[in-house]
Amino acid sequence: MATRTAGAVAPRSEQELLLRGERLGRAMIRARLLEEKLGSLYRAGRIVGGVYLGRGQEALSGAGGVALRKGDVFAPLIRDMAGRLAFGEPMEDALRAYLGSRLGPMKGRDGNIHRGDLSRGILPMISHLGAMVSTVSGVLMAKRMKKERGGVGLTCVGDGATSTGSFHEGLNLAAVERLPLVVVVADNGYAYSTPRERQFACVDLVDRAKGYGVAGVAVDGTDPIACGEVLHRAVERARRGEGPQLVVGTLLRLCGHGEHDDGLYIDSTMKSSGRGRDCMQVMGDQMKKMGREKDWLSWREDAFREVEEAVAKVSAEPVPDPFEEDWWATQMGSGTEVLGSS
Amino acid sequence: MGDADGFRYGGLGFLVSVTYLDAIRSAQEKALQDDPTVFIYGQDVGAFGGAFKATKNLAKRYPGRVIDSPISEDAMVGMAVGAAMEGMRPIVEMQFADFSTVGLNQMLNHAATTFWRTGKPCPMVLRLPSGGTPGSGPFHSQSMETIYSHYPGIVVMTPATVDDAYTMLLEAIAMPDPVVFCEHKLLYYHLKADALPKSAVPAFRAQVVRPGRDITCVTYSAMVHEAVAAAQELVGEGYEVEVVDLRTVKPLDTDTILASVARTGRLLAVGESWPWGGASAEVVARVASEGFELLDAPPKRLNAKDTPIPYHPNLWAAHRPTAVRIAAALREVLRY
Ligand SMILES: Cc1ncc(C[n+]2csc(CCOP(=O)(O)OP(=O)(O)O)c2C)c(N)n1
Ligand SMILES: [Mg+2]
Repeated sequence: MATRTAGAVAPRSEQELLLRGERLGRAMIRARLLEEKLGSLYRAGRIVGGVYLGRGQEALSGAGGVALRKGDVFAPLIRDMAGRLAFGEPMEDALRAYLGSRLGPMKGRDGNIHRGDLSRGILPMISHLGAMVSTVSGVLMAKRMKKERGGVGLTCVGDGATSTGSFHEGLNLAAVERLPLVVVVADNGYAYSTPRERQFACVDLVDRAKGYGVAGVAVDGTDPIACGEVLHRAVERARRGEGPQLVVGTLLRLCGHGEHDDGLYIDSTMKSSGRGRDCMQVMGDQMKKMGREKDWLSWREDAFREVEEAVAKVSAEPVPDPFEEDWWATQMGSGTEVLGSS
Repeated sequence: MGDADGFRYGGLGFLVSVTYLDAIRSAQEKALQDDPTVFIYGQDVGAFGGAFKATKNLAKRYPGRVIDSPISEDAMVGMAVGAAMEGMRPIVEMQFADFSTVGLNQMLNHAATTFWRTGKPCPMVLRLPSGGTPGSGPFHSQSMETIYSHYPGIVVMTPATVDDAYTMLLEAIAMPDPVVFCEHKLLYYHLKADALPKSAVPAFRAQVVRPGRDITCVTYSAMVHEAVAAAQELVGEGYEVEVVDLRTVKPLDTDTILASVARTGRLLAVGESWPWGGASAEVVARVASEGFELLDAPPKRLNAKDTPIPYHPNLWAAHRPTAVRIAAALREVLRY
């Protein structure tokens, strides 16, 4: 179970690579523009509750979503708009959660990043960091017991979440069961305001892979091509039965923890270091190098239009009504009947 | 089923008695047999058969479906939530109810909220070997129903009899909601019935287990037996005590409680858990607010003392409600 770093790219069919590149590029720019819109809706007071953005993390997150296929299960976290969109979450559903539309999968009962759609294989995260690792593992255990083969689970956490007991318990469980699980750690230098050296004492989180008995791969989280390749391979290894894969991407959160936070505590030398690069900029440069500047521009235009249309559509949707809400909906069993009598 | 089940057979080869623990094992075996989506996950539950032998022989008979877990209560429950979302019906065995505190987050915040948040069921059972036994001390004696009942979205069952242990566990497994199944360790080996039950009391209903006209004693789990013994003691003093077994504490069957208080005019609510809040407090609160006119005396509660649960049997016996203490409390309400 060696720890490896992203190596040379093995030759693959050009068409497949281009297709994956387009899926990643489109997911990245769709996420960036949608989140910029969410930021302005927040400042305009149109959003109840917090807004947590994934600015700077679109390459790593999106690459995870691109590497998955239908039938896989995805448990995103705070900064995974790109991964969600790449995996197939409709932009409208993201907006419904923020704007509280009754038509969204959470029906206004839960909001912002705490959204998902089990019918699409997207688990709605609970806030408690680290909790989703064991839950995705449970989905994978169930698939194995049902003799459904070939499915992969992918979940994302931040550097801070790796300090939780549930992260440890969940990854250890997945390792013991050798589940087809990919855990993507976005080491963005901070957990809210806490720098990584107050979070853990190891040099690199990927070193922990050996201790769990799982494969570990480090990747430059600002490099879309590298992220795409590393995540693709990690997912394929998991799919082939090689057990859990720990992927650690190094990058920087290019925004506050949430839109309420200016992030002034972020160290300026980190900002000017390699991890402070904006993956969107890198993507633009990579596209330019390939002579595909025009494509990049047109994806951006498409994304811009999609955001505008989605916001207009969801803004007109009904919000939840406390008089129509089913306040007994905590249980499915006939226990509600007895509860109702109180 | 043969001797290997741990059942005792008489000389003629028929079952002469079934313990509360046998009932729990048999219910799990029946569920494994009848429903391919059922599986069991817990520490030492596999080849070893569990710390209390509640899964004895099941791993051998149902290969791949009775699975040893690491000592990771949070991940055990979190895994079950994921498996339930994916259509399975996991039964998670905690080695002791006390250790389920480590898995509380996944139960209270994940399992309990899943149906409300997603509209999809989360059918799973968390089995808690609960309650005090002599010499068990602060960390192997706890009753956890208060904590689980406080959170919306969880059913909390507290069976007191062999019949209920069997039928209610089967109901719990079949239920679309997450269920916390509090099985009392003191009843495991000592409580016996002639055979497994053929029928069940309706789900979520409390039951009058001993009729009486003078006072209602509402309780659940092992305390039902203490209450019945106390009621017996008061017969000699001319009092007839009605004992109501809640069976399920969440949801709470208020109707049966109020109907009993309407007959007796007096109430004592007893619980083995600590006095701050909980099922006995909820019973008194509901009767006070919904049945105030029915009462001829102030309703009373009796619970364990408000300290951690002591190790030494002398201390332990004085810590929890017993038949003697319940009888004293009943007299107090009766003589008001
Ligand atoms: C168990 C738990 N404790 C505290 C929090 C509050 N909290 C939300 S996000 C966050 C920081 C997370 O940092 P990290 O895991 O590095 O992810 P990032 O925000 O950097 O993407 C904290 C402390 C929480 N959600 N869950
Ligand atoms: Mg972080």
